[in-house]
Amino acid sequence: MEYNGGSVVAMVGKGCVAIASDLRLGNQALGISSNFQKIFPITDRIYLGLPGLATDVTTLKEQFRYRVNMYTIKEEREIEPEAFAHLVSSTLYERRFGPYFIEPVMAGLTKKPSGEYRPFIAASDLIGCLNFAKDFVVAGTASSKLFGVAEGLWEPDLEPEDLFETISQTLLNAVDRDAYSGWGAIVHVITPESVITRTLKGRMD
Amino acid sequence: MDSSFAITGKGYVIVAADMTAARSIVKMQSNEDKIKVLGSHLLMAFSGEPGDTVQFAEYIERNIRLAHIRNTYPLPPPSAASWIRRELADSLRSRSPYAVNLLVAGYDLPTHEPKLYWIDYLGTMAPVPFAAHGYGSYFALSLLDKYHDPEATVDEGLATLRRCIDEVSKRLIVTPGKFKVKIVDKNGVREVDF
Repeated sequence: MEYNGGSVVAMVGKGCVAIASDLRLGNQALGISSNFQKIFPITDRIYLGLPGLATDVTTLKEQFRYRVNMYTIKEEREIEPEAFAHLVSSTLYERRFGPYFIEPVMAGLTKKPSGEYRPFIAASDLIGCLNFAKDFVVAGTASSKLFGVAEGLWEPDLEPEDLFETISQTLLNAVDRDAYSGWGAIVHVITPESVITRTLKGRMD
Repeated sequence: MDSSFAITGKGYVIVAADMTAARSIVKMQSNEDKIKVLGSHLLMAFSGEPGDTVQFAEYIERNIRLAHIRNTYPLPPPSAASWIRRELADSLRSRSPYAVNLLVAGYDLPTHEPKLYWIDYLGTMAPVPFAAHGYGSYFALSLLDKYHDPEATVDEGLATLRRCIDEVSKRLIVTPGKFKVKIVDKNGVREVDF
């Protein structure tokens, strides 16, 4: 995880979820890119963050695009966040004894039978052990710092704009204490109507 | 010990690589070309483990040519870079991985944009405005942070490259020697005397 650096955090709000990451790609302490995306849209309502070894970020992004496309064609419907979380888990566990060095974080909205949307977040370790949290999940080189800030700032039932502020401040303040994360950030807030994406400026050191 | 640099500017990419082939402390050759021309508008600078580099570069060169023959149209730079990355990423988890670092530079004709990709031997790929590999990167990247201009003309780009190479020659304990410099723009690939 320390080879390329990078961190991702996801949070639950009231009828919405947010996922955010930094934009750094490094080679140990040397910065290579300040615009390296680690979060990818899976469907209109699911986003996946892939912090860890950058070669596996790209490989897994392509792998999940393929597998979700196959699922959509076979099932003739979009994948739901719960099913996608298990797809992530089994994809990683396939490589149990030679893993991809990635700790995925996903955020999405599940459609209930009533037609309402329920927030969903989950994280996994590098071999596919899922963690379904009710509040927030963190991953990457700044994960220990993210836990601390998120624990202090997060509260239940935040509206989209307040959730955006909470996750942005959590990420920005955590990555400032981590040498391997930072160099700008990107935040996605997923609501039933739309996805709000904002790029944040951060300390460039 | 090899160094390579690349800089994008207004409608072009400049790629530079040193020309020394060394083995241990001995300089074996001082006129080696480490920049392959993969197509009419595509360049690839390669460095890394001697032996792997040329073998891998020639494999890529022939397959890019094959894709062009099969499909009539050449692979555009983003597609070519993605395919090359995948070859390295698959190779990494094989029995005998290639240890090759690349800078893939091209001019995308449909969008009229210069494209530059930084790729390392693990298969890490990043689209970047400027890039460097090898010991030279420790000196050049900070200079490029200060002097890179995406709107610069070719002459200004070459002046920035000159700064990088001068700095490396001045500060690195083993001076890389001469550099081969190639430019790709809307008119295709050309080599410049440097």
